[in-house]
Amino acid sequence: MIEIKNLHANVEGKEILQGINLKVNAGEIHAIMGPNGSGKSTLANVLAGHEGYEVTEGSVSFNGKDLLDMAPEDRAREGLFLAFQYPVEIPGISNATFLQTALNEIRKYNGQPELSPKEFLDLIKEKSEILNMDSSLLSRAVNQGFSGGEKKRNEILQMLTINPKLAILDETDSGLDIDALKIVSQGVNAFRSDDNAVIVVTHYQRLLDYIVPDFVHVLFHGKIIKSGNKDLALELEEKGYDWLTKGSLETQNV
Amino acid sequence: MASKTKNANAKSWYIDNFFDFQKKLNGQSGSFINESRIEAIDKLKNTDFPTLKDEEWKYTNITPILNHEFKSPLLTGNPEINAGLVKQSLYTGFDSHLLVFVNGIFSEEFSDLSGIPQGVTINSLNKLIETDPDLIKQYFEKVEYINTFNLVNTAFAYDGFVVIIPDNVILKKPVQILYLTGHKNETVLSAARNLIVAGENSQAKIITNYRPVYDNTYFSNFVTKVFAGDNSVIDIYKLQNESEKAYHIETTKIEQQQKSIVNHHSYSFGGKLVRNDINVKLNGEFIESHLYGLYLGNDNQHIDTHTFIDHAKPNCMSNELYKGILDDNSRGVFSGKILVEQEAQKTNAFQSNKSILLSDNAHADSKPQLEIYADDVKCSHGATVGNIDETAYFYIRSRGVPSNIAKSMLIRAFANDVLEPVNISALSETLSHQIFEHLHRAEI
Repeated sequence: MIEIKNLHANVEGKEILQGINLKVNAGEIHAIMGPNGSGKSTLANVLAGHEGYEVTEGSVSFNGKDLLDMAPEDRAREGLFLAFQYPVEIPGISNATFLQTALNEIRKYNGQPELSPKEFLDLIKEKSEILNMDSSLLSRAVNQGFSGGEKKRNEILQMLTINPKLAILDETDSGLDIDALKIVSQGVNAFRSDDNAVIVVTHYQRLLDYIVPDFVHVLFHGKIIKSGNKDLALELEEKGYDWLTKGSLETQNV
Repeated sequence: MASKTKNANAKSWYIDNFFDFQKKLNGQSGSFINESRIEAIDKLKNTDFPTLKDEEWKYTNITPILNHEFKSPLLTGNPEINAGLVKQSLYTGFDSHLLVFVNGIFSEEFSDLSGIPQGVTINSLNKLIETDPDLIKQYFEKVEYINTFNLVNTAFAYDGFVVIIPDNVILKKPVQILYLTGHKNETVLSAARNLIVAGENSQAKIITNYRPVYDNTYFSNFVTKVFAGDNSVIDIYKLQNESEKAYHIETTKIEQQQKSIVNHHSYSFGGKLVRNDINVKLNGEFIESHLYGLYLGNDNQHIDTHTFIDHAKPNCMSNELYKGILDDNSRGVFSGKILVEQEAQKTNAFQSNKSILLSDNAHADSKPQLEIYADDVKCSHGATVGNIDETAYFYIRSRGVPSNIAKSMLIRAFANDVLEPVNISALSETLSHQIFEHLHRAEI
């Protein structure tokens, strides 16, 4: 699905990613964990094509294509989706219009016919139900006046509607209470299949009780310093990050 | 000095022209309004046109206007207008009472004055001066003077629109006033004096729509006077769609009585050089004044808005929101002055001016001024100039939306809080559409 090799990236001249290597296959869920400032969100944003980050080294192959060479909209059309940590409010553009535009642009790119308004409404209704979302949110402006939980749910609604090949969830659990966390996880679990993959970027283990990862990676100072299975997340929950990061710093000092 | 000469030349052009204009007036030359014409031209003799050294004109160079010799339509003759042009120039999708003016002169043929409720006056100033001069006299100052262009207006205005709503009348349909301006071979001066009067407990919606006859150079120079009686509600939509070579200057003076509400919406699409002065006097208690403005610039357009809000009495509220979307080499100017007089305790006055620049060569100036003599007031002002929000731009594109549509969405989002208060829904849609059309952006 996606293969990241020796990825380095700067923001405002500061190197945040310092050689990331990661391979994700279809059907897998990978969790990327790490303390604040380790580069988790940077990795998510670099993969989605945020122009504020400069890739200085490395490569990313996405279903055989050079991801780094593509504009953000083309990455989306090729099947990459980023659920934002801070979804953006767009006054004056209804949620339904926005999502219909997005979906039809992606379909056009992939040679599929555009959905009629009726087909779109049926689809979005079906997906909203998975997330217990009130249909009134669809006629409201994108994320405007949405609570934190509604915004995160809206990200997952977009993911379910667009149905990407690879979904990257950037701290989707932050700011959610346990009920909202369950609903969001329900959405992600409804999405997952043998044909797609999920990268869950999170600070805390608790999301991984509901979205069970096949692999857990610990990011620190812009590098993956440890990888394991879901037990690694539990271990991190128990011991914190220090036991790993201290060792890493020592290694770096040598 | 060159500017001095231009100033003097322009003045003598209007002064010399005034005699020819007077000869064409025939029946109207004895009317009270002609006294004000003569007074204005006398005043012009001793008044210069503003220069960049004048504080109120420091961002707007009017030399291009002085370089032209604009003539009254009484001297140039009026072009033939066809129904097709009127039809395509109108805002549609809602019923309205319609007044059409060609170069500032009423066109009965294309106006629709049917179904005007009893007691309501919707008519041409020139006609009313003949039929009911006393009605008009009580509202018109001889000369409304804020700047030198008002003198040119008063000297050469032949006509204008008049809307008078009696006490306790709610006018259901909006009044649409279409000003068609331009001449095939001449640079025409369209000068009109307009009047809106809302009686006690009355309500009205007025749309002024400025459109070209030809896409060439002309000068629209208007003065509009608005009286909002006790407890009245007036919505004014100024929709400026002049030719891209046209000059447009309008002074709007609004006087509000107690508990009245005025919502003034200003959309500036056309014009090469545009100047709007909007002066509001809150002359009673518990008044609300809402001023919304959206100005769009492309090519070399220059759009200047000056507002002056005079809080004369306690317990009133004024709220100004002006937004500029500026592309290419265009320039937007906003200057907003708020005066809170000593008596005007418990005043709430808010002002916000925001601009986005869509190109490196676009430019925005913003000058808020507060002058407060009361001690128990809430006043705020804010001005921002920026580019398209990069995070929002990335967010939209990350959903597969192409960059041009993403930009259109952000432009629409930026304009939203100005568009939202438009309470004629078909109009709101048309205006939204016009934003993309004017900026040559993808429709969404």
